[in-house]
Amino acid sequence: MNIHEYQAKEILKSYGVRVQTGVVVDDASKAQEAAKKLNAETGTEWFVVKAQIHAGGRGKGKVQETGSNGVVLAKSLDEVPEKAKNILGGTLVTHQTGEEGKKVNKVLIAEDVYYPGASEPKEYYLSILLDRSKSCNVIMASTEGGMDIEDVAANTPEKIVKEWIDPAIGLQGFQARKIAFALGLEGNAFKEMVKFIFSLYKAYEGSDSSMFEINPVLKTSDDKILAVDAKVNIDDNALYRHKDIQELRDLSEEDPAEVEAGKSGLSYVKLDGNVGCMVNGAGLAMATMDIIKLSGGEPANFLDVGGGANAETVEAGFRIILKDPNVKAILINIFGGIVRCDRVANGVVEAYKKIGNIDIPIIVRLQGTNAEEGAKIIEESGLKVASAILLKDAAAKVKEVLS
Amino acid sequence: MSVLVNKNSKVIVQGFTGSEGTFHAGQMIEYGTNVVGGVTPGKGGQTHLDKPVFNTVQDAVDQAGADVSIIFVPPAFAADAIMEAADAGIKVIIAVTEGIPTKDMVTAKEYIKDKDVVLVGPNCPGVITPEEAKVGIMPGFVFKKGRIGIVSKSGTLTYEAADQVVKAGLGVSTAIGIGGDPIIGTSTKQAVQLLMEDDETDAIVMIGEIGGNYEAEAARWIQSQGNPKPVVGFIAGQTAPKGKRMGHAGAIIGGADDTAAAKMKIMEECGLHVVASPADIGETMKKALGK
Repeated sequence: MNIHEYQAKEILKSYGVRVQTGVVVDDASKAQEAAKKLNAETGTEWFVVKAQIHAGGRGKGKVQETGSNGVVLAKSLDEVPEKAKNILGGTLVTHQTGEEGKKVNKVLIAEDVYYPGASEPKEYYLSILLDRSKSCNVIMASTEGGMDIEDVAANTPEKIVKEWIDPAIGLQGFQARKIAFALGLEGNAFKEMVKFIFSLYKAYEGSDSSMFEINPVLKTSDDKILAVDAKVNIDDNALYRHKDIQELRDLSEEDPAEVEAGKSGLSYVKLDGNVGCMVNGAGLAMATMDIIKLSGGEPANFLDVGGGANAETVEAGFRIILKDPNVKAILINIFGGIVRCDRVANGVVEAYKKIGNIDIPIIVRLQGTNAEEGAKIIEESGLKVASAILLKDAAAKVKEVLS
Repeated sequence: MSVLVNKNSKVIVQGFTGSEGTFHAGQMIEYGTNVVGGVTPGKGGQTHLDKPVFNTVQDAVDQAGADVSIIFVPPAFAADAIMEAADAGIKVIIAVTEGIPTKDMVTAKEYIKDKDVVLVGPNCPGVITPEEAKVGIMPGFVFKKGRIGIVSKSGTLTYEAADQVVKAGLGVSTAIGIGGDPIIGTSTKQAVQLLMEDDETDAIVMIGEIGGNYEAEAARWIQSQGNPKPVVGFIAGQTAPKGKRMGHAGAIIGGADDTAAAKMKIMEECGLHVVASPADIGETMKKALGK
């Protein structure tokens, strides 16, 4: 599960990680008050107004309606409301949102941490994530803070250092020191960074996260280390033991069709193609999308009905797919193991009749337990539904209806 | 010798008396798998499906000689169940449970690391050696006996591959569903290696998905061994959108081997018979064997 920057910072703070302080508002009229509060708390005289959406690249991203960037600096209390107004309610397009962008419902008014002082402020990169191939967590750090880490990895991989954490003993002091030295820190900033890394790792473990990306981590001009931004991804499988984090879920950030599908126990991802599909099992679902492409179409979605393909799930699946006006045909591909194909076929016929006027061709491929009986039910239903048993026949039928 | 499970395997079911455990244990017994009992803490001494129930895996090992365990325990307790089985001396643990927290699996995998045990899964359909033992949730009738081994991350796609192999006039020696979770016990390469060393397997179907580097690792290993047996490979997700699951940092750790296209290219370069369409698995295998 993804959460917003301001929520991620709250989690970090609760584990003693120093963060850029801020106040979140959902209305520009509350922005100045928030800034005043922040000024009283931190003494900051400049304020950073940051759009809260589940996507990166906000600083360079543009709000379609006003032309404002997604992260802007206000150099006085009076500037804050106007700057917030130019972002709130707008549609922010960044390189991660796609061209349709994302609606901004909240902005974070944050303190300015790049104030001048004894030394130059400097940005770093830190992330913690699971290394699947080593079955343990890895901390990645780089001196190239504020940059897109994929670019750093591609162009200057030597500027990324990694420390793998032994699951049996956890993060050790020498590892945190190695990272802090590799970042070129010394004196108080070095000590602060070691502390920062320890608190950050504790927060990662404690919140059952699957990824932390702190970009940038800032060394301030007075040698403090703090998180200016925070991208946190929580392991969905562990949410049951974090009721407080569950409440941070922001449904407005998710595709409404995907949320609706989830309620029916379906796993759905909308795509841009013209052939919808409904499949049991994620691997077979992806394979079915590949078949659609090889047959000359483009998949309109990923849809896994899971283990229980019955009349209700098939109907829910139909309704979700049919909402997409681009869909010119639907391929249902069920490999019946525990699920019997004749029951799935009955489910398809029932759902089809219930929905009524489906005017696009439907191809139903049923294989496995009672496949022949299933095909017979489809053929004798009198509906405009083609049936197939072999996967290659299904592919041929998709080709046929598209030509 | 077959791989991982055979007619001599003494199988126990952890989470025996729950609804999933009951249903699939029944199916396994009906298939002919030698299920010697099950474990449900607190229900030891009872009988379920005409088999003894034990309080602990240790009791099942001591009293029934169990050496293979299949786990249907709910996600919150599944990692603990894996560690209990390993501690009791079980040799093959098959974890079907879906949705185990990653942190728990990191701990469990670390715990079993130095023990004489093979973990398959979690979030997998299990392992089947046709006509000998079905230790999983797959439809047994699809897997007719033969000499083709199958390794797959995905459940229904495993059934699809088996069905095509059977329809091509071949059959299955052992099919291993390794599971699709971020942390799994047996990698693609390890499963392929078991089948390469199996004298009842002539060729292998290797099915992967986007994400991770297991397939590339397996392909390079196969090549390093001089491609001793033909391998037909398929990667699901050629049309899947990028970066849906993991963020930026994940893409770096995954490396450039992550996409379907990249994996298929590596597999081809390593001498595997790569199919673009999942409908061609059976026919391609037939050709690879010169039949």
